[in-house]
Amino acid sequence: MNKIIEKELFSENVCRFVVEAPEIAIARKPGNFIILRLDKKGERIPLTIASADTEKGTITLVVQRVGVTTAKMLNMNEGDSILDIAGPLGKPTHIEKVGTVLCAGGGVGVAPLLPIVEGFKNAGNRVITVLAARSKDLIILEKEMREFSDELIVMTDDGSYGKKGLVTQGMEEVITREKVDLSVVIGPAIMMKFAALTTKKYNIKTYASLNTIMVDGTGMCGACRVSVGGKTRFVCIDGPEFDAHEVDFDEMMQRLGAFKEQETEAYERYLKTVS
Amino acid sequence: MENIAEYLKEERSQPWRDELRKSMKAKERTSIERVHMPEQDPVERSHNYLEVNLGLTEEMAITEAHRCLDCPDPTCISGCPVNINIPKFIKKIEAHDFLGAAKVLKETNALPAVCGRVCPQEVQCENSCFYTVKLKKTPIAIGNLERFAADYERNSGKISVPEIAEHNNTKVAVIGSGPAGLAACGDLIKMGYDVTVFEALHDVGGVLKYGIPEYRLPNEIVDVEIENLRKMGVKFHTNFIVGKTASLDMLREQGYTAFFVGSGAGLPRFMNIPGENSVGIYSSNEYLTRINLMHATDPDYDTPVHDGKTVAIIGGGNTAMDSVRTAKRMGAKRAILIYRRSEAEMPARMEEVKHAKEEGIEFMTLHNPVSYEADEKGRVTKMVVQKMELGEPDASGRRRPIPIEGSEFEIEVDVVVVAIGVSPNPLIPHAVPGLEMSRWGTIIVDKETMQSSIPDIFAGGDIVRGGATVILAMGDGRRAAAGIHKYITEKVKK
Repeated sequence: MNKIIEKELFSENVCRFVVEAPEIAIARKPGNFIILRLDKKGERIPLTIASADTEKGTITLVVQRVGVTTAKMLNMNEGDSILDIAGPLGKPTHIEKVGTVLCAGGGVGVAPLLPIVEGFKNAGNRVITVLAARSKDLIILEKEMREFSDELIVMTDDGSYGKKGLVTQGMEEVITREKVDLSVVIGPAIMMKFAALTTKKYNIKTYASLNTIMVDGTGMCGACRVSVGGKTRFVCIDGPEFDAHEVDFDEMMQRLGAFKEQETEAYERYLKTVS
Repeated sequence: MENIAEYLKEERSQPWRDELRKSMKAKERTSIERVHMPEQDPVERSHNYLEVNLGLTEEMAITEAHRCLDCPDPTCISGCPVNINIPKFIKKIEAHDFLGAAKVLKETNALPAVCGRVCPQEVQCENSCFYTVKLKKTPIAIGNLERFAADYERNSGKISVPEIAEHNNTKVAVIGSGPAGLAACGDLIKMGYDVTVFEALHDVGGVLKYGIPEYRLPNEIVDVEIENLRKMGVKFHTNFIVGKTASLDMLREQGYTAFFVGSGAGLPRFMNIPGENSVGIYSSNEYLTRINLMHATDPDYDTPVHDGKTVAIIGGGNTAMDSVRTAKRMGAKRAILIYRRSEAEMPARMEEVKHAKEEGIEFMTLHNPVSYEADEKGRVTKMVVQKMELGEPDASGRRRPIPIEGSEFEIEVDVVVVAIGVSPNPLIPHAVPGLEMSRWGTIIVDKETMQSSIPDIFAGGDIVRGGATVILAMGDGRRAAAGIHKYITEKVKK
C-alpha cells in the first residue's frame, strides 16, 4: 500500500501526486519509471517518476486523464492508498557533460523531463528547455524547469502563453541560433516523432523516452516492444530511452492504440459508475 | 544415497506396510485396470475456465492405490525430481489414511496439489514405475493420487503444517516466488532459517499464477499452498524487484546471508519476421499474464485483451497448448496451433495434446509463419504460412524442419500468440556484476549445490535451465536449499 501524501491539480485533466514509496525514492534515478496498480481489479500501468524525496520517502508522479485507470487515480485524494507500486524500472538516463543540451517536453512528458533537465544542469551543461502544450493551462512545472534551465521557451498551439507554435518551432529556433550537442525529447509519441525529425535534419544526437503499454514492466511480457533501427527492443528493459532517430514512431503509435476500442468502452462504463 | 535407501527400507518394513502388502496378492493387484481420471465434457469445458480434470473419488483413489506393489526397490522415486516417498504415500491412501498420505507428500514437496496437476508424470515417476519398466503395463497413476491426497487435505480443513527446526536467526533471501523459489523456501524454513521471498509482481506464485491457466491449475489452489508456507513463517515481499528496488549489496547489509535466485523466464522470443509487431500479436507470456494474472476476460477487471474469431498460436510446447486452449475458451471459432515440426516432436505433455484435440483445437503441424499483414490501424489481419518437411535430426535429436519453397498460403487471423520460448530474465544478471553467465544468459551453477560463481548466490529454475518444467524448477529449489544450508553451516558459521 502506498499512501497519497499530496495531490495538486495542474489542470482539469492533469494532476501531481506525491506518494509514499520509500525504497523507490532512494533507488530511483532520472529516467526511471514505476508500474502501479490502483486496486485489486486494476490494470498495471507504467508512469515515469518526476521527482523523489529520500527523507520523506516519497516519489512524485504526474498523471494525465487518458483512460479508466488515470481517471480513477485523478479521483483519488490525499490519504487514499495505491495498492501496488513497483520500481524503479528501466535504465536511467545517461547523464554526462556534453556541452549544450536541448530538452523538449510536451504535455505531461514535462514531468519525467524535469529530473533529466536537473541532471544535465548539475553535470555542468548549458541546458535550454522548450515546454509545449495546447494552451496555457496545460503548461506544467514551468517554475521548476526554469530553475534548472539556462533558458526556457514556452510554446502553445493557440498562442495563449509564450510563443504561438509547435514544439518543433521552439527547438528549431535554438538549433539555428547556436550549436546544440544533445537533445532529449519526452511527450506524446506524435510530438516525439516530429521533434526527432527536426533534430535529425541538423544531425543532433537525440534521445526520446518512450511511454508504451506494459504489463509486468520487468522484461517478461513483451507488450512494450518497439522497432529501433529495424530491431525489436523492449522499452522496459532496453529503455525507456532510445535514439530518437532510430525509433519507428508510427509503429509505436499503432501499438499505443492497441486497445483503443476496449478502452473507450471501459471508460464509458466507468463514467456511468461515477456519475 | 545409501542412507536414503536404508531409510526407505526401514519405512517399508513397518508393520502397517507389511500387513497391507500381505492383504492382497500381487497378481490380484496387477490385474486391476488403471483408474481413469474423470474429466469435464470437452464441448462444455471449451467454453469455461473450470478445471478439466475433476479429480479421483475416494473409492477410485483406493482402487488405484491397490495396484501399487510397494516394490522393495521403488524405482518410481528416482524418477521424481523432488524424491517423494511415493510407495509410502500411496500405501497411506490404500490404508484410507488420506491425511497421512498428504503429510508424506509434504515431507519433500512444498506444493503437492500443484505437482499433482502439472507435473509430466508420464516421463518421470510413472515412466520409472515397475508397471512401465517391467510389466509393460500402464503405470500407477501416481500424479492423480498425489493430487487426490493434496486435495483431500485441503478440503478437509485439517491442513498439517510441517515441523520446523529451531529458529537459527539466519536470514536468507529468495528472489522470485515461482516453483523454484517456493520449493527452496519450503525447505529453508523447515531448517530453521528466517526466509523472505522477494517478488517483482503484485502477486505470489510466479508462472503458477501468471502462466498456467485456471482450467489446469486454479489460482486458489496455489494460494492455499502459499498460505501454508506463510503459516510456516515464510515472509513474502511483493512489488520488490531485487536489483532495482534494492541492490543485492543493500540486502547483504540488511543481514541476508545467502540468496536463492529463481527469477524465472524473461524476454519472450519472437521470430523477427515482417509484421510481427502488429497490434493483436502477443507473446504467450503477455497473453497468458493478461488473462491469468490480470483477469482480462472478466469484465469487472480493467486489463484488456483481444479476442477474435480466428486465433493462431505459434509453437508446440505446453505454453502454446495453454494459449490455444485459452483462445478457444475465449470464444474463438478457429483456434489453430501452428508448429513447424510434426506432432511426434512436440514438447507439450501428451495429456495436453489429447485435451486440446478433444476441445476442437486445429493442429497445423509442419507449418511455419513467414510474415504478417495488418490493416491501416496496424491490427493484424492475415498471416502467411509456409509448409515444412522433416529432414535429418538436428542437435536436439529431433528431425530438422525444412521449408518447402513455394508452398506459402494465407490465413486470415484476428489474434496471434507467439509461444516459441523465452530467454532467461535479464534483471538479476544485469544487477549483479561478476556473476558468471552462459552465452544463453543463464546463471552458471554447480549442479549439486546450485551455487553460482558468487559464493552466497544460488540459483535454479528457468534462470539456470533456460526453460523447463515446474517440477524441475522445484527440484533445483530443493537442491539449492540444501546447498545454502551446507554453505552457511560450513563457511559462514565457522
